Amino acid sequence: MTDQRNTSVRRWLKGLFLKRMHRMITCTQFEAFVLSYLDGELPARQRSVFEWHLRLCRECRDYLAAYKRTIELGRAVLGPADDSVPEDVPEDLVKAILDARGR
Amino acid sequence: MDNETSNPPNRTSGQTGQDSDLDTERLVRDNIGWMLALAVRILRDRQLAEDAVQEAFMHALRGLAGFEGRSSLKTWLHRITVNASLTTLRRLKRLAELPIDQYLPEFDRYACRIEPPWTFLAPAQDVLESEFLRAQLGEAIDKLPNAYRIVLQLRDIEGYDTGEVASVLDITEGNVKVRLHRARAALKKLLEPILRGEVRG
Repeated sequence: MTDQRNTSVRRWLKGLFLKRMHRMITCTQFEAFVLSYLDGELPARQRSVFEWHLRLCRECRDYLAAYKRTIELGRAVLGPADDSVPEDVPEDLVKAILDARGR
Repeated sequence: MDNETSNPPNRTSGQTGQDSDLDTERLVRDNIGWMLALAVRILRDRQLAEDAVQEAFMHALRGLAGFEGRSSLKTWLHRITVNASLTTLRRLKRLAELPIDQYLPEFDRYACRIEPPWTFLAPAQDVLESEFLRAQLGEAIDKLPNAYRIVLQLRDIEGYDTGEVASVLDITEGNVKVRLHRARAALKKLLEPILRGEVRG
């Protein structure tokens, strides 16, 4: 019970600190910037605010690392994007297309 | 269908019917492999993909005479294949924006992220080397509603930019960004047992 209360107080203090500190953002605001940050679209000042939050917040640091690993894995599994190794030519489908052309 | 697909590239005139038939067969043979692979990636179903590719060729061959060369033939065929695949999903009513709230990040009432500590994050190489884990990854991706998975596919894999994805899906660029971020965040949540090393190959 005491541990739970300590955790709750810690989170309250963290939330207050992130909200009130100069040039700091909350975790929910951080969330809204993730995509633009990774796309390199954040202006210098916003990028520095984002990275400052990242340094101070263990949760967002862990989250972003796992988010980036997810993108990496998604790319590997959903790809390949290059078409250097095409599938075998399916003869029945080629025939169906050529036959249907005249109709 | 957007303007690019409706306005195909130029073609040499004055060919005999037989030459034209040979050209058509060559066009089909040269491109059907990668077009089918692309349709399978979008539809995740071989039979549906074959139907979509047939539709795509019907559209392409009808429009080939007017092809004006404003884009490369391959770019043009790529867009036609994507459009034919999306038309299939729409026809099957599989593009609805279903809720994925249960997979999205959580925050407490102080706007702080709720994220249990990551004492281990599986290296990508380790995951990808395991057939079992690759299959698990595929299953996790299949749990994403198509409206999100397609954005992920087109932006992260097929190399479309935000504007192009917005154009083929007929949604705003802002909506593309929201869906892309949600798709990635939801996939992260779905992959957590693998990423945390709780499921091993």
